[in-house]
Amino acid sequence: MEYVIEMLNIKKKFGTFYANNNITLQLEKGEIHALLGENGAGKSTLMNVLFGLYQPDGGEIRVKGKKVDITDPNVANDLGIGMVHQHFMLVENLTVTENIILGSEPTKMGMLNIKDSAKKVAEISKLYGLDVDPHAKIEDISVGMQQRVEILKTLYRGAEILIFDEPTASLTPQEIDELIRIMHKLIEEGKSIILITHKLQEIMSVSDRVTVIRKGEGIGTVITAETNPEELATLMVGRQVTFKTEKGPSHPTEEILKIENLVVTDYRGIEKVKNLNLSVRRGEIVGLAGIDGNGQSELIEAITGLRKVKSGKIIMGDKDVTNKNPRHITENGLGHIPQDRHKHGLVLDFSVGYNAALQSYYQKPFSANGLMNYKEVTKHANKLISDFDVRTQGEHELARALSGGNQQKLIIGREVDRNPDLLIAALPTRGLDVGAIEFIHKRLIEQRDNGKAVLLISFELDEVMNVSDQIAVIYDGAIVDTVTPAETSEQELGLFMAGHNKSEIVEGNDGAVLKEGDDDHV
Amino acid sequence: MSNRLINVLVPVISIILGLLVGAVVMLVSGYDPVAGYIALWNGIFGDAYAIGETIRQISPYILAGLAVAFAFRTGLFNIGVEGQLIVGWFAAAYVGMAFELPKIIHLPLALLAAAAAGAIWGLIPGLLKATLKVHEVIVTIMMNYIALYVVNALIKVLANGGFKTEKIHDTASLRSDFLSELTDYSTLHYGIFVALLMVFVMWFILEKMKLGYELKSVGFNENAAQYAGMSVKKNIIMAMLISGAFAGLAGAMEALGTFGNMSTRAGFTGIGFDGIAVALLGANTPLGVVFGASLFGSLKYGANNMPNAANIPIEIVSIVIALIIFFVASGYIIRVGLQRISKKKEAK
Repeated sequence: MEYVIEMLNIKKKFGTFYANNNITLQLEKGEIHALLGENGAGKSTLMNVLFGLYQPDGGEIRVKGKKVDITDPNVANDLGIGMVHQHFMLVENLTVTENIILGSEPTKMGMLNIKDSAKKVAEISKLYGLDVDPHAKIEDISVGMQQRVEILKTLYRGAEILIFDEPTASLTPQEIDELIRIMHKLIEEGKSIILITHKLQEIMSVSDRVTVIRKGEGIGTVITAETNPEELATLMVGRQVTFKTEKGPSHPTEEILKIENLVVTDYRGIEKVKNLNLSVRRGEIVGLAGIDGNGQSELIEAITGLRKVKSGKIIMGDKDVTNKNPRHITENGLGHIPQDRHKHGLVLDFSVGYNAALQSYYQKPFSANGLMNYKEVTKHANKLISDFDVRTQGEHELARALSGGNQQKLIIGREVDRNPDLLIAALPTRGLDVGAIEFIHKRLIEQRDNGKAVLLISFELDEVMNVSDQIAVIYDGAIVDTVTPAETSEQELGLFMAGHNKSEIVEGNDGAVLKEGDDDHV
Repeated sequence: MSNRLINVLVPVISIILGLLVGAVVMLVSGYDPVAGYIALWNGIFGDAYAIGETIRQISPYILAGLAVAFAFRTGLFNIGVEGQLIVGWFAAAYVGMAFELPKIIHLPLALLAAAAAGAIWGLIPGLLKATLKVHEVIVTIMMNYIALYVVNALIKVLANGGFKTEKIHDTASLRSDFLSELTDYSTLHYGIFVALLMVFVMWFILEKMKLGYELKSVGFNENAAQYAGMSVKKNIIMAMLISGAFAGLAGAMEALGTFGNMSTRAGFTGIGFDGIAVALLGANTPLGVVFGASLFGSLKYGANNMPNAANIPIEIVSIVIALIIFFVASGYIIRVGLQRISKKKEAK
């Protein structure tokens, strides 16, 4: 078999720490080869070695059988290796074509020649069924479309081998289907693909072979058709992982959150939450299912006090907390795992310890008489680190240096540790691997079993189905229906999420929907 | 090459490069760089008198640097230190002259007046930023001009049409016979201790106080601070108040220590603007500001000796001094260069 790329026994060391230790990955022509590993297992390091951003400390790279030395990304480009980054590298206020030619702008007598480029972009777009308008501005197109621009960019530069880094992390289910279709089309046209991911379902549905790495070590390569998600998860984590979250029946008691006829507008003044009613009781997990952009963000921000309410009421316990400030609501018994952990959840340039105290720094024992007691802050942080298995070099390490999963564990630890009556968990497992997801789900269920209430917001249907006791489906700013997991199916939820049995699907809603939630991809 | 070695080498190489390029400028202009640098050295460290004057010059730079650094740490760019310094200078000069009180009350009162005046001058842009989201850079720049000309007008009123205020009473003075005699009758005064005390105060606020935790949170990530229930507005206002107070005290150095009064000015003192460079050189840390201010203060004062002792015109001297500071500030380039060299060596 011909290999287009061979990475043999690659080693990469940072200080004394091996990020990659003897990893071998061989990519056949025309295959989709998945690279599977937990957060921090060394997937990105390996790909950065291939893309010339890091120099390996051992091993060799061969392209089409020839040994190569990839000293920088330009060399990788010349060898036909293209990377579709997880966080898009696009200039928001330039057009698609302008972004694609950025860095190698074609000129005609010293003048920028956009016309020919746009034509070429359109041709490539058509060939691979990407359906991208070369003249659209990046800021006006959806996240899924932006990703296709990234793909186009690599194709435009003649890539034969495409590396996709966690491509589905920010996509809606529909966009994921579309992406999979595009990947198959790319293979048909003779390209080869390396897919970096920790989502097992994706691997099962698109890849031909899987290379698994764990804690920097190459575990091996398996053929997708001969394996199953359970086996892959075990290989990746190094132990048995349960997929179906174990939990007993719920015993809901009194109502802790009551939302009445809530109307919330976004920053442009457009109503995103429209007359919404919702109730959450102690001892239950209510899952809020819906496609991104149907008012979830505005709803959470309104409940947590980060956004003003236009009309309606939010009642927590027996107190009206409508339009109260965040601290007032927090002290009233709210815990909040925010959907964007970098924007709201953490001060990235603070240490782990400082972040652990973010919600309670002003209370005893962390401060008194205007002075901080950093000894107590450290003690508390160390407790959270061990209780919630936050993998860090210590409480003094900057939050920025932690992997996504560990940042999330830190936030969850901070919020759960305060033992709030109501815990709002917004996309708590976004971008995390199965091990971390399992851990987080267990913690949410624990809260419920302790008689607390949990409101879980998620775009992942199986998460909602697995963890919730009640599922409320949100569409276009209102709750379409509330059902229990036992009496519904993913198909039915999918229909609710698309607004069925409520009203016709609004034409063109897609574009507006996707504009949301892309804050961290700029 | 170890990181520690690089950390030591960067400032050393920066200064050497700055001196070299400065020497080229002197050579090309037809002056003797060796004589020039000997004059500069003597101007800074030559005798007890020079040392005293150098330290005296450093004091306001420390305070101006603290003012800028403090605002930076909380995410604000206080470009109005100059104006805050001018109102502080005037307030201290006025209180020092207008009241007759025992020293133990008078001096602290005059210092407090300077800090308060600077704080109020900082509060205005802070309030505008917090409530109306007016960018602090625009407001503080304009506040500089307002400070300059309002104070000029007030001086004329106080002096009945003259150009300078009366001398302050001795009870408000920072002058010290002891320090002066120690340094061969230089104008060194107690201000340096006020400045060093404020270095400690800034460190204490940021590293020990609850307020510092909040200010830094807002500075690093406004959204997370809001999520954690902090009032972003309150913190912006507090940051500008404190920053302005540091700047006002820098003015008090001039009023109560160096000059003992205030004259109308044709233009800015420049200390407030140099404070920006001092803060950046010091990486916005309290101790770093002391080093940045020391570099600035010594070069500024020592340079005065170059025209006399080496016959180098003041214009050339200014270019040379600017070059040295320029190279120190571009330490980043040298750092990257050093890392490249050490990488290549490793590869071999």
